[in-house]
Amino acid sequence: MRANLSLLFTALAAAALIAGCGTTPEDQQASGAPVIDPTTGKPAAGKPGAQPQKVPGVDLTAKADPKGVDPRVKAGALARRSIYYEYDQFDIKDEYRALVEAHAKFLRDNPSAKMLIQGNTDERGSREYNVGLGQRRSDGVKKMLVLLGARDNQIESVSLGEEKPQSEGHEESAWSKNRRSDILYGGEY
Amino acid sequence: MALHWLRLCGLGLLIAASGARAQLQIEITGATEKRTPIAIAPFAGESALGTSVTGIVRADLERSGQFRALELPPLNPVPTEAASVNYAEWRSRLADAVVVGSVSSRPDGRFEVRFRLHDVVKQASLGGIAYTMTKEQVRATGHRIADYVYEKLTGDKGVFSTRIAYVVKRGNRYELQIADADGAGEETALASFEPIISPAWSPDGRRLAYVSFENKKPVVYVHSLLDGKRNVAANFRGSNSAPAWSPDGKTLAVTLSREGGSQIFLVNPDGSGVRRITTSSAIDTEPRYSPDGKWIYFTSDRGGTPQIYRMASAGGEPQRVTFEGSYNVSPRPSPDGRTLAYITRNSGRFQVALQDLANRQVQIITDSDRDESPSFAPNGRMILLATVIGGRGLLSAVSADGRFKQRLSAAAGADVREPAWGPFIE
Repeated sequence: MRANLSLLFTALAAAALIAGCGTTPEDQQASGAPVIDPTTGKPAAGKPGAQPQKVPGVDLTAKADPKGVDPRVKAGALARRSIYYEYDQFDIKDEYRALVEAHAKFLRDNPSAKMLIQGNTDERGSREYNVGLGQRRSDGVKKMLVLLGARDNQIESVSLGEEKPQSEGHEESAWSKNRRSDILYGGEY
Repeated sequence: MALHWLRLCGLGLLIAASGARAQLQIEITGATEKRTPIAIAPFAGESALGTSVTGIVRADLERSGQFRALELPPLNPVPTEAASVNYAEWRSRLADAVVVGSVSSRPDGRFEVRFRLHDVVKQASLGGIAYTMTKEQVRATGHRIADYVYEKLTGDKGVFSTRIAYVVKRGNRYELQIADADGAGEETALASFEPIISPAWSPDGRRLAYVSFENKKPVVYVHSLLDGKRNVAANFRGSNSAPAWSPDGKTLAVTLSREGGSQIFLVNPDGSGVRRITTSSAIDTEPRYSPDGKWIYFTSDRGGTPQIYRMASAGGEPQRVTFEGSYNVSPRPSPDGRTLAYITRNSGRFQVALQDLANRQVQIITDSDRDESPSFAPNGRMILLATVIGGRGLLSAVSADGRFKQRLSAAAGADVREPAWGPFIE
């Protein structure tokens, strides 16, 4: 097939050589004429070529990590920071009640302490809708902490959606680790 | 970050389609029924450019899925835009159209490229243009020539000179990149160790809004591509996400949790003038303006499952738009406003659906199973989306009729996601 094609192309090239002599009125008009700029209808003097666009870069990867964490929040019951959820669920299971109560007590006893709660989802579905689902989880934790005596202005509830998985796998064992709320204290974020 | 575009032909042959600096890989997995055969004769003298300008034109036209570039033998003499065209000869090569041209050196060191497009069937010239350019402008000029040819032969504007934005994740590093529509010439607008999602082009193509997690929470930024300057558009208490530009570029619709839950607000791109437009106890997110600016499409689970609704952008009662299935998200109105692309869950697979907004007919146009973030080309002929194949995140482009598909992937070890096709540029 390849040989046949190249034979054909050779034949066509020869035909092109011969046919090049033949002209039509249209060709004669075009022959030797300058290129017309279609926007002006006049002979084109040469448009400036399209300019490739340069994008200046911003590099955030050199940013330093925040410092100054209260050592008390890294020890004992307060060292437990994650609450896990069932699929499509947002309520806090009973097994995490003691965890939430310990953090509520710390916030109650330390009014200047600040907390960030990050809600997370597994990877399935829309990234932005998952931001909404993660928000529902972190809002639920905040609500319980406030019910237990923490002040509203101590706690910010946010969502990371599916963007920060604890486990990178693509099956339920990984997904169950990624449907979670994480607690961070001031200085950790 | 080395990405490469390659082309997988129908016969399963993998060929490098562009030069060493090319970055994404392209793989064509389906073909349109009828592609217009076109002959693109190498321009006389183009070897002086180092990069083949006709190679760029040819790759662009083929990538549209609407053209088939004919293989040509060495032509002698090399036809130019100034030489006579023998229509019968090109007809015998089965070409419906032919592009001829020449490149000449100018005394100032620049080059002049001239071309002319001929309709072989009608035996008529469809005009041409001359460009003056440097060697650095060869690719951009090739895209302009391809746009000219595409528009003359299809009646639609070409998108070869447009740009795309997307996010590359490699390890724990995220890069928001901008590339030509063919994936080449990529540049990093933002590099971060925290996720970047939801890039959205301003209507003039000069700015991107996006969500960055660099402050351990989602914050909406507006980023000028001209000078790299960024400003916070929304950093309220709670989460700030899902930016969408109004067609006049004066307003961003965003999702904020500052008043509890996730609700849609409007904000000026400089961060001022925030006002709430949805009022529900559900998740309302992923706003998108209709091209005429009259409607905002969005995702809401107010009915129990996530579905697409629309409301007047001036405010008003939302109307439900999707009814089939239990998971319909990420609405994207087409540039002509007649079609809505979105992601639907179909037997556990997330795929791109198109709904004809006049008669509500729905068609699923992909066969992958983890599709996300569809994005129309500005001429409405292709949809760029993110998907996962073999555990790797890559981009896919599908024609609006679903027949022509191609995949764009990064080098091994990197995931590509969150594509956004930029607007036409003048």
